Amino acid sequence: MEAVKKRRTISLARHEAIWAYVLISPWIVGFILFTGGPMIASFVFSLSRYDIAKPLQLIGFLNYAKLFTDDPQFWHSLQVTLTYAIIAIPLGLVAGLALALLLNTKVAGIAVWRTVFYMPSVVSGVAVSILWMYIFNPRFGIINWILGWFNVKGPGWLADPQWALPALIVMSLWSVGGGMIIYLAGLQAIPTTLYEAATIDGANSWQRFWRISLPLITPVIFYNLVIGIIGTFQYFTQAYVMTDGGPAEATLFYNLYLYRNAFRYHQMGYASALAWILLLVVLILTTLIFRSSAAWVYYEGELRRR
Amino acid sequence: MTALATTLKGIKFQRLATQVIALALLAAGSVLVLMPMVWMLSASLKTKEASTLFPPQWIPRDARTVVIDGRECYIYAIPVEGQTRELALLEKKSAMGTFVNPDNPAERYELRVLDGRRISDVRLHWENYPKALTQVPFGKYLVNSLTVVVTTTIGVLVSCTFVAYGFARFRAKGLGMLFLVLLSTIMLPAQVTLIPQFVVFSKIGWYDTLLPLIIPAFFANAWDVFLLRQYIMTVPLELDDAARIDGCGPLGILRHIILPQAAPALATVAIFHSLWAWNDFFYPLIYLQSKEKWTVALGLQSFQALYSRNLTLLMAASTVAMLPCILIFFFAQRLFIQGVVISGIKG
Repeated sequence: MEAVKKRRTISLARHEAIWAYVLISPWIVGFILFTGGPMIASFVFSLSRYDIAKPLQLIGFLNYAKLFTDDPQFWHSLQVTLTYAIIAIPLGLVAGLALALLLNTKVAGIAVWRTVFYMPSVVSGVAVSILWMYIFNPRFGIINWILGWFNVKGPGWLADPQWALPALIVMSLWSVGGGMIIYLAGLQAIPTTLYEAATIDGANSWQRFWRISLPLITPVIFYNLVIGIIGTFQYFTQAYVMTDGGPAEATLFYNLYLYRNAFRYHQMGYASALAWILLLVVLILTTLIFRSSAAWVYYEGELRRR
Repeated sequence: MTALATTLKGIKFQRLATQVIALALLAAGSVLVLMPMVWMLSASLKTKEASTLFPPQWIPRDARTVVIDGRECYIYAIPVEGQTRELALLEKKSAMGTFVNPDNPAERYELRVLDGRRISDVRLHWENYPKALTQVPFGKYLVNSLTVVVTTTIGVLVSCTFVAYGFARFRAKGLGMLFLVLLSTIMLPAQVTLIPQFVVFSKIGWYDTLLPLIIPAFFANAWDVFLLRQYIMTVPLELDDAARIDGCGPLGILRHIILPQAAPALATVAIFHSLWAWNDFFYPLIYLQSKEKWTVALGLQSFQALYSRNLTLLMAASTVAMLPCILIFFFAQRLFIQGVVISGIKG
């Protein structure tokens, strides 16, 4: 009797395990075919000279050595990408948060505002890049027209090596609505009782922001920061369509440089080394953010569990 | 009592002031956000000449002209002997111009051109749209884009639902660790796997076909699995138990309990994925070579290179490329917001 019962529970557990693995099998197969396998191959490529047509030729760490010691373009593209990240991500963070705070003041027509500000985030890619190319046109574009209201003579933007990267940063602010939605959801999840208690204690709205809203949405800021960094290293379409890395390589983003090596110069080995360095940089940056998060990200068990 | 009333009044006033300031800032921000879209739409409906005027002309207008002596002349509103007349500018010599009455070309005046104003009429050049869409085979691009969007959306929905259900509702050795592996791939930059994928797809003859864009979608992706799993976890287990008592197996529970309950999450995944697939430029760029295989994004990019001097056609084509995204957004706003919240907050 006992034995029968035991056998049945085992077979039930086994039954469940079989189902589990059958259900997740598409992902397991996909992981081996499209992630795990390619990762190993990509690392081997990075240690070789390879152009697809001729057989692969192992050369050790020569690609990496060349990257670090003999490729100013690599350092330049890294610098372009990090410059963009350092300016565009915090600007987007502040602008998105500011918008969310405005919408959280129980202002009239919140649904309409939310729609308007979020809309640029749903259109992306080539059409948006083309549109902004002409918005930045120094002769008839509307950016310089707007600057003209304040008697500012606008620069040449995409045609000017000094202003091309700032132009792309300005363009990125157009879609801060994406971040805004997330901040707004975070702000609305904060229990109103906290604000009421603070008000009774005599806190003004400035103090309520610094002591309640901001600490409680640091997890959301953290999330947006990590997503922003990963996104910056994927930055491609705008740079490819609008400037093709120019003028004078001023917008040679890392991903664009990688693309050129792989698909224009057919240096698959060298491009793979670039990809692994990219992974390393992203890992270092996100680890730094994760490490620092203990100091500034606020997790309250009560709120997290909800 | 009066002190309290004053305080209340003060609070009320403060609230009103905040509202007014917030509204003003939001209105100003909206104008800036909407301006590019409106400019695009306006440029797409203009003549080529009007599209590059500075300062920009927001409402598309055509200058009114008349043909006199075989020449096309602009019509001006210009004061003549105390009254404003509509006259055609026949000839211009420095500041002065020869104006004639369009109805009676013999009636001529020498007037200062600057005193007059060119007359224009509102006219929307809708013909830019068919023109833009027939310059290059946009119909073909559209079919290719839709093929990719529809098939990959189906692939993502089916595969991710099974995988998410497996992770959310079943226990097995190693499953927890596999889920961690899955989560870590969310952070993995695509470039690390890109090149070997490209090499393999090329070697098996899939280069210059839609297959490299479509097939991987059927093997689930970490992001959507995560989102669906989070959602399925919120479906009460009691419902599963009830179905099991009624004789449902794992697939029956999936079909009768999980799928109906998770419908909003599935819709969110479908919408975000189809937008992504529609807008994607990178993968079509590296895999598709011949024109007849191109997607809308690729076609639009080459259109830009060919017609960079024709703003009206470019803006018409861009508007068409953005339109599906905007329409989906307006019809499914709630799902968008909800999707962002599921992935952003609970993540």
